[in-house]
Amino acid sequence: MSASSKLLRRPVNDSVIKELVERAKAVRCNVVKMIARAGSGHPGGSLSIVDLLTALYFARLNHRPKDPHWTDRDRVILSKGHAAPTLYAILGECGYFPKTELLKLRKLGSMLQGHPDMMRTPGVEMSTGSLGQGISVAVGMALAGKLDKKSYRVYTFLGDGELQEGQVWEAAMAGAHYALDNLCAVIDFNGLQIDGRVQEIMNPEPIPRKWEAFGWAVKEVNGHDFKEIVAAYDWAAGIKGKPAAVVAHTIKGKGVSFMESKAHWHGVAPSAEEARRALMELGEG
Amino acid sequence: MAVERAIRDGYGEALLELGKRNRNVLVLDADLAESTRSSLFARAFPERFFNTGVAEQNMVNMAVGLALCGKIVFASSFAIFATGRCWEQLRNSLAATRANVKIVASHGGITVGADGFSHQCVEDISLIRTIPFFTVIIPCDWLEAKKAVLAAAELKGPVYIRTSRPKSPQLTEEGTPFIIGKSCPLREGKEVTIVACGLMVAKALDAARALAGEGIEASVVNMHTIKPLDVAAVVHAARTTGAIVTAEEHTVIGGLGSAVAEVVAVQCPVPIEMVGIRDKFGQSGEPDELLRKYGLTAEEIYKAAKRALSRKRG
Repeated sequence: MSASSKLLRRPVNDSVIKELVERAKAVRCNVVKMIARAGSGHPGGSLSIVDLLTALYFARLNHRPKDPHWTDRDRVILSKGHAAPTLYAILGECGYFPKTELLKLRKLGSMLQGHPDMMRTPGVEMSTGSLGQGISVAVGMALAGKLDKKSYRVYTFLGDGELQEGQVWEAAMAGAHYALDNLCAVIDFNGLQIDGRVQEIMNPEPIPRKWEAFGWAVKEVNGHDFKEIVAAYDWAAGIKGKPAAVVAHTIKGKGVSFMESKAHWHGVAPSAEEARRALMELGEG
Repeated sequence: MAVERAIRDGYGEALLELGKRNRNVLVLDADLAESTRSSLFARAFPERFFNTGVAEQNMVNMAVGLALCGKIVFASSFAIFATGRCWEQLRNSLAATRANVKIVASHGGITVGADGFSHQCVEDISLIRTIPFFTVIIPCDWLEAKKAVLAAAELKGPVYIRTSRPKSPQLTEEGTPFIIGKSCPLREGKEVTIVACGLMVAKALDAARALAGEGIEASVVNMHTIKPLDVAAVVHAARTTGAIVTAEEHTVIGGLGSAVAEVVAVQCPVPIEMVGIRDKFGQSGEPDELLRKYGLTAEEIYKAAKRALSRKRG
């Protein structure tokens, strides 16, 4: 039995859920601290994706933080690269690098760049930041896995605003064309983008039906419910002959009341006082 | 009569060799496989060829994903689409990750011919050489293209190679050495150096013969690698001949001429004249008609050499 299938069999019982809740809380606190210290960044879309990434890394991902280039590892590509703080906080929790690096986010010489840079950060699978490109790279990695008869899986995380990029649909076509059932795209459907509501700016709906029409298996979940999220990853792993898309309904800024569902918090850092209030709410005062 | 073959043919031949030699070589094309000549590989190694459809941006990033999993990936289209449409993918996903992807683009320059301006790429050198970590190669004949592709496969990291559509004379021999970043002197003279790439190398040799007929001895350098530029050869040319003419089937803004001028201006200022396209779009026509219309001829190089010489003599 591969390490991957062992992980997949780990049931999502109450103690696992409790662990994920604690992990997510720590990640959210770090995200707030990192962005506040950096003085710039993207808190809204970083917080909306915390539970999705936490569930993957701590309940399902087959990886070795001490051996980031292990050839059989599952691959994670953060196509919505502006949520980098969440990825970094999780990689830090996993032990890819010392957590003392986290507060150097966006500073000169830091291993933690404003957007993910695989040349600088252990555990970052692909450099992203320009929207629409990560998913195409994920398609390439999944195709390589098929050619090499490897069992690794490839996960990529997209924003809902990112679906406005034409390249996403080029990649969606290719993923289905090559029948990449080792590929799972997760859409962080928080409904907001930098200039306002996604539906008003350039409506990408109906999102699930679009992915279905492009030949993907589609499942909608509550992106803040760990049982549903892990079940969706297991569902995706069981799909044969086509890639899987998990459309996760999320709340932008999730966990910090004054950031929730506000487009303003897409790309603005909290002040020291706002960060203090946010940490109080998250349970770390 | 000299052998005439299209430069793009060298790509197809090299891919066949690479396919036999290395199972890790994959080839991608965006629905132009017959034109780029990647079709030769597609027929011989169908399980390692992927036609990604008319979707060049996705092709480039798929190539990156495959390369990051250990493959040596060649990706092809026409030069205008492979560089212009995908520039940001080449920068942010390919060069930024140093992925082992080779972009081999056919239909470079104005000799695309009747398809017209939309398909004639005269900006690719400028576009690609501004991106860090990219190697940029423009072979002068089909045989050099073949060697360039084989050499690119051995060089880890992003490489751009431009090939051309029409048949053109074979200028090099099997035994002619090809080293990425090392230019090839084709003719030695003391008075002026003509630095050329691609199809303009043949025109440069014609111009040098015309100059020799008047007792003017010109050096001719085949600058097949634009980046990294053979700086030593450029400085040597400036020091020993004191006048330089550049010739390229490309806009004079940011291309070979600019690359040479950047070195000469700083290290050894001498008069430079540039033969190339002067900030214009092309149009439909036969390749030779277009070369004449846009001043890409041996005669223009000859005249530029005369101008450079007169400036040098003050």
